[in-house]
Amino acid sequence: MNRFWVLFKSTAVRLSALYILLFAICAATLVFYVTAMSERLLTSQIREAVQQEVDQVQRAYDNGGMNLLLRTMERRARQPGANLYIIAGPSGDILAGNVASVQPGVLDEQGWTSLPFRYQRYSEGGQGKPHMAVANINVLDNGLRILIGRDLGEPEAFRALVRQALMVALAIMGLGAVIIWFGIGRNALKRIDRMSAASKKIMAGDLSQRLPVGGSGDEFDRLSVSLNTMLGRIEKLNEGLRQVSDNIAHDLKTPLTRLRNKAADAIDTPDADTRRVALEGIISESDQLIRTFNALLMISRVEAGSVAAEMSTIDLSAIVADSAELYEPVADEAGLAMTTDIEPGIEVQGNRELIGQAIFNLIDNAVKYSAGAEAGGEVSLRLTRRPDAICLQVADHGPGIPADKREDVLKRFVRLDESRSKPGTGLGLSLVEAVMELHSGKLELSDTDPDAATNRGLAVTLVFPLK
Amino acid sequence: MTFQQDDHALSLAETQPAGNVGRMKILIIEDDLEAAAYLTKAFREAGIVADHASDGESGLFMGTENTYDVLVIDRMLPRRDGLSVIAELRRKGIHTPVLILSALGQVDDRVTGLRAGGDDYLPKPYAFSELLARVEVLGRRKGTPDQDVVYRVGDLELDRLAHEVRRGGKEIPLQPREFRLLEYLMKNAGQVVTRTMLLENVWDYHFDPQTNVIDVHVSRLRSKIEKDFSLPLLKTIRGAGYMIKDDG
Repeated sequence: MNRFWVLFKSTAVRLSALYILLFAICAATLVFYVTAMSERLLTSQIREAVQQEVDQVQRAYDNGGMNLLLRTMERRARQPGANLYIIAGPSGDILAGNVASVQPGVLDEQGWTSLPFRYQRYSEGGQGKPHMAVANINVLDNGLRILIGRDLGEPEAFRALVRQALMVALAIMGLGAVIIWFGIGRNALKRIDRMSAASKKIMAGDLSQRLPVGGSGDEFDRLSVSLNTMLGRIEKLNEGLRQVSDNIAHDLKTPLTRLRNKAADAIDTPDADTRRVALEGIISESDQLIRTFNALLMISRVEAGSVAAEMSTIDLSAIVADSAELYEPVADEAGLAMTTDIEPGIEVQGNRELIGQAIFNLIDNAVKYSAGAEAGGEVSLRLTRRPDAICLQVADHGPGIPADKREDVLKRFVRLDESRSKPGTGLGLSLVEAVMELHSGKLELSDTDPDAATNRGLAVTLVFPLK
Repeated sequence: MTFQQDDHALSLAETQPAGNVGRMKILIIEDDLEAAAYLTKAFREAGIVADHASDGESGLFMGTENTYDVLVIDRMLPRRDGLSVIAELRRKGIHTPVLILSALGQVDDRVTGLRAGGDDYLPKPYAFSELLARVEVLGRRKGTPDQDVVYRVGDLELDRLAHEVRRGGKEIPLQPREFRLLEYLMKNAGQVVTRTMLLENVWDYHFDPQTNVIDVHVSRLRSKIEKDFSLPLLKTIRGAGYMIKDDG
């Protein structure tokens, strides 16, 4: 019962109920109109027939006087399905005819009776139920009144028939409405129920739940698909957030502890010079922490959105050349050669600062991880235009990243170098990935020398979409 | 963070001789009282007089009524937003250099801030040495002879028109970028410039370089200008940056 009430409350059912109500009103109006029209037509036919007889009877009287009139009427009255015939005196008492009695007052009228009237037939001995009729009353010049009328049995029966048909039609419509209610309403209700159930699980914290999609591509499906896309984005952000807070807690605890210990040592050091060195260590440790936080903030700023970053047409070739120039001495100092292959005049839509920082990060990594590697000793920068995209590749000949670890290194704070011997925040590639996402591009990791036994090197390719 | 381990390295404190910079007066408009108290104290120790206003309206009033060398304005302030304070000051014809501090989480805060009339921008969190270096450079901007054709520090000369560098009359050939690096250092001679400031002004990228990339460029430059000379001019300031100065 409760379910039924819910069903009734659902929008689809309310709408179809309203629709059916309006439809029924229209249908009823139409039926009544048709009935009225048909009745009028029937009545006018009856009147015409009666009028003809009145004319014939009048003619008989005119030609043959009372004698012929009586004979004519008698003959007609005997015919099967005869009309009503009455000859009445001037005061309205019935003298002859095939009718036992009529409603009082009818015989006093002249011409057409204003309303249908009741009468009783002989055969029923005055006890039967009254019949309805319309009639014409003609007053002869000798004062006699001639009533010729016709029973209304036919239109009455017709009206009853139409009413019955209307009732049947309405009943069928009502039944159809109920079936439609159940068809549309129950289906819609079930889908909404499923959606509510899924939403409740999501509200309870299970962000991996998705709303059901029926596959018909209707409004419900479209709604579900949009909501699912939204959920996917929320889940990703949420997952990122959780992972970041885990990693922050883990990764910042170590330097903070170190910082605290250094400060504790410094307090107890009597020698001014040793204390100064300890304090400087503390400052540099703090600076590293500030850098880490800045890098984290930068990533979340980039991820927060395209709304905030100003995009313009930028000369990517010039930025890559700048980066090479900036890092050439660093590579040189690390004993590495830096080679460039930059196609000139390549432009992309983007934010110069962010792309610059992404490229710097990549070169910085390349230099950092190839330093000391035996083979190669080269960092190469290549900017090319492909038919479908613009590609910037930064490749080194360092140890590289095994294929199964490539997804991991994009995560915040993840560094394959477990000992953390190289300086860095573990955020570089995360920032590059965030920047590429902001530019609708992507980041691809591969081997520089896939055939080498060791030191396959890492080649990072930034793929910018063509406009 | 790696430092150049060289003989010239000085600590920040050694670069602030009392009385030399003591005349600078700044206004800090910052609603975080603890941060403001720390800044005021740290600036005083660096020989800079710092007033403090804790909301936009009173900051605007103080900035209008008094004369300062530099205004340090937090972007988010109660009663009146930082950017609107700057706009109002500029409307009143007050062109005191403004440094904007911001913790807003947007990529283009710097651009927005500079467009609103700020002269420099520093995102939170920052190291005090970075803020100090920037405030000092801003504070001296008025007196900086931007139109000088030749910068001189000791016996080092940089001719901006001829693009020539000479030391003791002997020409030192420099790469274009090395020239710009030296030009910026000499323009701010006697002042600390940070690595971030160098990346901004020489390479035009506005972020923390994170690694020793700037240090390598500076050390290359140093080897060129000091190779044959006994008196060091280009000094490393530990925990802060670099300074070019003639001690002689």
